[in-house]
Amino acid sequence: MRAFAELLDRLVLTPQRNAKITLMADYFRKAPDPDRGYALAAIAGTLTLKTVKPNILRQLVLERMDEVLFRYSYDYVGDLAETISLVWEKPKGEDIPPLDLSLGAVVHQLETVGRANVHGLVRNMLDQLEGSSRFAFLKLITGGLRIGVSARLVKQALADIGNVDVTEIETLWHGLSPPYTSLFRWLDGSGEKPELDMPAVFHAVMLATPVGDNDLAALDPADFAAEWKWDGIRVQLANVGGTRRLYSRSGDDISGAFPDILEAADFEGIIDGELLVGGTLRSNSATRTFSDLQQRLNRKTVTRKMLEDYPAFIRGYDLLFSGRRDIRPETFVTRRAALSELIEKAALSHFDLSPLVPFSSWEELDRLRADPPDPVIEGIMLKRLDSPYTSGRSKGPWFKWKREPYNVDAVLMYAQRGHGKRSSYYSDFTFGVWTEVEGKDVLVPVGKAYFGFTDAELEVLDRYVRNNTIERFGPVRSIRAEPDHGFVVEVAFEGINFSSRHKSGVAMRFPRISRLRTDKLPRDADRLETLLAMIGTAETP
Amino acid sequence: MKPETLLYPTPKGLYCEKGGFYIDPVQPVERALITHGHADHARSGHTHVMATRETLDIMRIRYGEAFCVDTQEAVLGARTTIGDVTVSFHPAGHVLGSAQIAVEANGTRIVVSGDYKRRRDPTCRGFEPVPCDVFITEATFGLPVFHHPDDKGEVAKLLTSLRQFPERAHLVGAYALGKAQRVIALMREAGYDEPIFIHGALTKLCDYYESEGIALGDIRPATLAPKEKQSFAGSVVIGPPSAFADKWARRFPDPVSIFASGWMLVRQRAKQRGVELPMIISDHCDWPELLDTITEIKPGQVWVTHGREEALVRWCELQRIAARPLHLVGYDDEGE
Repeated sequence: MRAFAELLDRLVLTPQRNAKITLMADYFRKAPDPDRGYALAAIAGTLTLKTVKPNILRQLVLERMDEVLFRYSYDYVGDLAETISLVWEKPKGEDIPPLDLSLGAVVHQLETVGRANVHGLVRNMLDQLEGSSRFAFLKLITGGLRIGVSARLVKQALADIGNVDVTEIETLWHGLSPPYTSLFRWLDGSGEKPELDMPAVFHAVMLATPVGDNDLAALDPADFAAEWKWDGIRVQLANVGGTRRLYSRSGDDISGAFPDILEAADFEGIIDGELLVGGTLRSNSATRTFSDLQQRLNRKTVTRKMLEDYPAFIRGYDLLFSGRRDIRPETFVTRRAALSELIEKAALSHFDLSPLVPFSSWEELDRLRADPPDPVIEGIMLKRLDSPYTSGRSKGPWFKWKREPYNVDAVLMYAQRGHGKRSSYYSDFTFGVWTEVEGKDVLVPVGKAYFGFTDAELEVLDRYVRNNTIERFGPVRSIRAEPDHGFVVEVAFEGINFSSRHKSGVAMRFPRISRLRTDKLPRDADRLETLLAMIGTAETP
Repeated sequence: MKPETLLYPTPKGLYCEKGGFYIDPVQPVERALITHGHADHARSGHTHVMATRETLDIMRIRYGEAFCVDTQEAVLGARTTIGDVTVSFHPAGHVLGSAQIAVEANGTRIVVSGDYKRRRDPTCRGFEPVPCDVFITEATFGLPVFHHPDDKGEVAKLLTSLRQFPERAHLVGAYALGKAQRVIALMREAGYDEPIFIHGALTKLCDYYESEGIALGDIRPATLAPKEKQSFAGSVVIGPPSAFADKWARRFPDPVSIFASGWMLVRQRAKQRGVELPMIISDHCDWPELLDTITEIKPGQVWVTHGREEALVRWCELQRIAARPLHLVGYDDEGE
């Protein structure tokens, strides 16, 4: 338990992706079975334990502690599980030797305990575990570790220890369950690759590379099909041998949030497509924006009202399995024909086919790209007609050619120090644009960005922040920003929408600092009205 | 006599009228008794200063020869008469030279603990309990949440990280007086005998510790030409915490930011500071040690100063020990 607890402590405080992978891989190499399998499940969110209500924990701690002292402590720490882990003391006089219970033993006890004995078990565990382990235990039983590690990242750590491609882990993932003993044995080299008996597993998706400066000149337009790149999320829908599953592009099972789609999927096979909200082209209704789709994402379950207000559907891109037959080695043209046939028979309201974009030259396609027929299009996909479906991202068969980003000139308002390599630099910026409040022009924050600039530009930004700080709030510095004195940056972003969570009422997607506009004064920066007008063009007409 | 008349708080600090002196005054005074060398307790500009030999040396190192007009060395355990009162200094276990100060008159004795801790520290003498009528205790970590772990485990975390990330410099923030030397000494005890690099602000104090017989091993200045960035990969660099937010830190390759402090126990604290590897090493008592000390000394009254007074006063009330907060100002209760 101690090793697992230390891992969690490190992961919470480690910002860099690669360092997180190193920490997890190191743990997985050293920890025994089944501990590491349960740790993996806890991190990846596949561990289901009985959860204990905060109220019960509070009762337990107050059995031993003065309420006023507990309140002082909780006020100071702010997190209930952490407070309890820190204030907990073993009963005086009783000599309970500190015991490093294994994670496996803890999970086993939690799985087998009867409802009536949970109280006593939790009290015992808290007595037996030490500081950090106590915290990890409390996090396990209150649900949700919140350590900033995605399922994708932990799979990458697994791939590293076994020296295999992460797509292999993703394909196996949904056919395995905690404590993943066979998986670790294979990765250790002491066992065979696990055989799956669950048919509707995830197959790693095929990815495109961006069109580079001179890529197209060397290619013949006649070798490629073009289709719109829709602004939803890429998904894989599998219905094999009676099992139906919906996966995100990284292999997360999101079936729970989309019962409407699963129910409508009455064909056998595996489709690759875009998950969108609105109506299908086949039913002549409009595709709705990404922010509408977001209402349906990151949910475990979904209400009836949600299903009615935000109906989801899949726009088909490709077919991996036709019935039970793996057709990935076939050409794009063949797979597309099979997909088209399948979708024709599928439910009208939940499936349509991503239309092809006819074109004869790259120039013509470029013009179409600049002015797409639907606001929910974010660019163009190019697919070689003779390409098989291969997992991962290799350059050549598929390209993505995105629409130009939006740009605004904004003024830096706040800065915060970065992490790791950037811990001595002010590298996280909040920027704002002008708006009128009670007859006066003021800056209102519209977003945050912490990339897009070069190292040399970061030096310039950092120096400006250090020399123009007007106030500090903890780690945040407020920067001088007046009409004639301040720092203007060009911010590029992929989209913009209304947001009730932000003071300005708008939220940008993927904002980054694309240029330093040292040639401009803050008074020349853009106004909120300009941003609001951009939303107008991005909304469905 | 009533303890409140023997020693009472004033804006300049804790004052003993009968002896005409202040203890750890925060403004320049005629006569000052100093518990230890940390800057918020030991300031320059007083006329007469009485402190242990080590504390006087440390003040000299920090402020120069002219830090006061004249000095008087306090020998641990020896009784000295000042005006109508008797004072004596006793080890506090906080940093090298740190002392508690006992003030006695007409059969009433008050012990001013200054900052203190109860754990073993290879760089200074351990705390000695002194029976008294009033015990004035600090309360830097005066909340039940503070249960500081064993320092060996904390040093082990650093050694593990050095193995996991041999390509990164390990920057340890530690206060220049006491904490830095203790961390170095603990690393040496754990068997780490690579060179340890230190920030310029630590040089004089590390040299002083060495001259007092506290071996710190191979210590080198963390200076180099800018092109040699890679040479700190996998090394330990110790500096004052403030230096790591500064441009100084840029000379190191992809640094792991570490902070050796009792505050690091609370995860949110570490996160706010951007600390990646917290080392929970404190030069103050944690909560159980504060309680054990009060229980052991059994003073008639407890006066609580700088830190989280309310929880400790509450605990004393529950134990039926008379207690009150002193509300002294000017001490940095975050300085750890």
